[in-house]
Amino acid sequence: MLTPLFSSKLLIVLLFGTLFGLILGVLPGLGPTTGGALILPFTMTLDPLSAIVLLTSIYCAGTYGGAITAVLINTPGTPAAAATCLDGYPLAQKGEAGRALGMATVSSTVGGIFSVIILVFFAPLLAKLAYEFGQPEYFALAIFGLTMLSSIGEGSPIKNLIAGAFGILISTIGKDFMTSIDRFTYGINELSVGIGFIPVVVGLFAISEMLTQSTLLDQVFKRVALKAVKLPTKDDYKKTWKTILRSSGIGSFIGVLPAEGGTVASLIGYSEAKRFSKNPEEFGKGSIEGIAGAEAANNAATGGAMVPTLALGIPGSATTAVILTGLIIHGVRPGPDLFREQPDFLYGIFGAMLIANVLFFIFGFFGAKVFARITLVPNKILWPMIFAVSVCGTYSLSQSIIDVWIMLFFGVLGFFMRRFGFSVVPVIIGLILGELVEGTLRQSLVIFDGNWLMFLTRPIALTFFILSLIALAFPLLRSKKQKKKYD
Amino acid sequence: MNNVRKQKRADKSLPFFFKDEFKVSFVIIFISIILLISTFSFDIVPPILNRGIQPATFPKALLILIISLTLIIYYLSIKRPWKIGKKLPKTFFLTLLSFLIFVIISKTLDFFLAISVLSIFVSYNWGERRIFYLLLVSIIFPILVFIFFETILGLRFPPGIITNLYYY
Repeated sequence: MLTPLFSSKLLIVLLFGTLFGLILGVLPGLGPTTGGALILPFTMTLDPLSAIVLLTSIYCAGTYGGAITAVLINTPGTPAAAATCLDGYPLAQKGEAGRALGMATVSSTVGGIFSVIILVFFAPLLAKLAYEFGQPEYFALAIFGLTMLSSIGEGSPIKNLIAGAFGILISTIGKDFMTSIDRFTYGINELSVGIGFIPVVVGLFAISEMLTQSTLLDQVFKRVALKAVKLPTKDDYKKTWKTILRSSGIGSFIGVLPAEGGTVASLIGYSEAKRFSKNPEEFGKGSIEGIAGAEAANNAATGGAMVPTLALGIPGSATTAVILTGLIIHGVRPGPDLFREQPDFLYGIFGAMLIANVLFFIFGFFGAKVFARITLVPNKILWPMIFAVSVCGTYSLSQSIIDVWIMLFFGVLGFFMRRFGFSVVPVIIGLILGELVEGTLRQSLVIFDGNWLMFLTRPIALTFFILSLIALAFPLLRSKKQKKKYD
Repeated sequence: MNNVRKQKRADKSLPFFFKDEFKVSFVIIFISIILLISTFSFDIVPPILNRGIQPATFPKALLILIISLTLIIYYLSIKRPWKIGKKLPKTFFLTLLSFLIFVIISKTLDFFLAISVLSIFVSYNWGERRIFYLLLVSIIFPILVFIFFETILGLRFPPGIITNLYYY
């Protein structure tokens, strides 16, 4: 599995990706999704394997990096680290920041490695299963992926569905791929090729975050002092090994579900850790189990999310949507054929994820103190620089100034979406799944001679439709259950 | 606590069209209806070439879905109003203004000049007063970015008063 990585170039890429991912994870507001989108244009100078190794190592390390800020300044570096704040910061306030970060580092590494093992075993199985899929099955699968957006954690389920539908709508801009008829172009030639993924992602994540930061300038972070990261004690391991394993399983499973990612995984991992704990009253006050539960789960979601991305071409999370774009830009079509035709390429990715998990353990353990200092870079210097890179990166992909304006438009839109409780992640997932949804629907209707009911005669498609209904009903049932609990 | 109560009371007394829930729902539905109307002007494929559904059908279905879901969120918001965000500070509007300035300068004068102007404008308005850091974000960093994209990625930036000095 590691053989394709035995080249100095790939190892340098891996090292750089892990370091860069950690920095992105540490900085609140940035993260692996924004960072991946920003670095995507730079990958054009790399071969496909190096490019994807770079993106995946950013993904793994960035997810862990969020924990450093969560523990030390009570602000999650990434949304996936939100649950880590609940116990990480209180423990740090008690003067045990090193212990909290040590547990976060160990559980993240275990969760990450566990999920890579799941990826190695399950991705080829899923790919084999995907050979049975025709256009109707892919349509049903994409619908399932979209309905899963209703429970991604951020925002209300209906708002998430609106954002997802909006993302699909964006994908219809330009020439219709089946008939070459212009849609929503309004005579603007540049729009006839459609709206690129990068301007939308950079706009929705980086530029909207810049606007958000402009409203938070009076915010003062109280950083807890950190002497050194400490490895968990025997007693800590005794307390948490079951939690780490359980959360690793939960995270991997949640990651495999289309559109779900580390944020949902960490919240569920955390609440399950509390449910099974002998000391649930300690949660929220600096419980070591709480940190382990959240961190193992969010890092386990990384490998899990790569399963549908590589096997089916359906992103498992927002960051894997960026990785999927990277694959497509580099001419690699994810899906079952990839497993048959380019096994070396896939094993290179698996191996890179495994090494990235080990590398961030080393960097995290020895360098958390240095990475924590990065949070001291003032926003008034950092964000204008991020803007310059965003603009040039967006421009560079198709050398079009229109792309830069599209990026700014989506930046402003993303800010207001977040302000009014709409998550921006569904827009990204909708945009990337849009062509698949429409294409497979129309091709299926050609096969079925326009008879919509024929979808129900295909067992796999029917299964996905039933799962979609469950996915839609789940948030409703959950909120009713919560209401009952509080009553 | 009193302020929160006062705010809640004030929000309750607002006419429905001043509330965020209504304004947001209205904007979404209004834009969706305009887009929906525009789908009727899409070309129609003759039956012999048509495969499956017409090109306008899918976007139409999406827009109807968005309108329906928006009506649902508005209805639900009557029972459970949205959380009200803090009033936007001046720095937000200045940042927004800097985007507009960026678009104007990049279109008329120069792409890199636009980046420099935005950087110094944002940095200054966000509170940076030290000359070195202002120069760093507005001149040194954009030059480094330019060199990186130009030499390593082989990118050619759009012509402009400053970029032309480099190219010619």
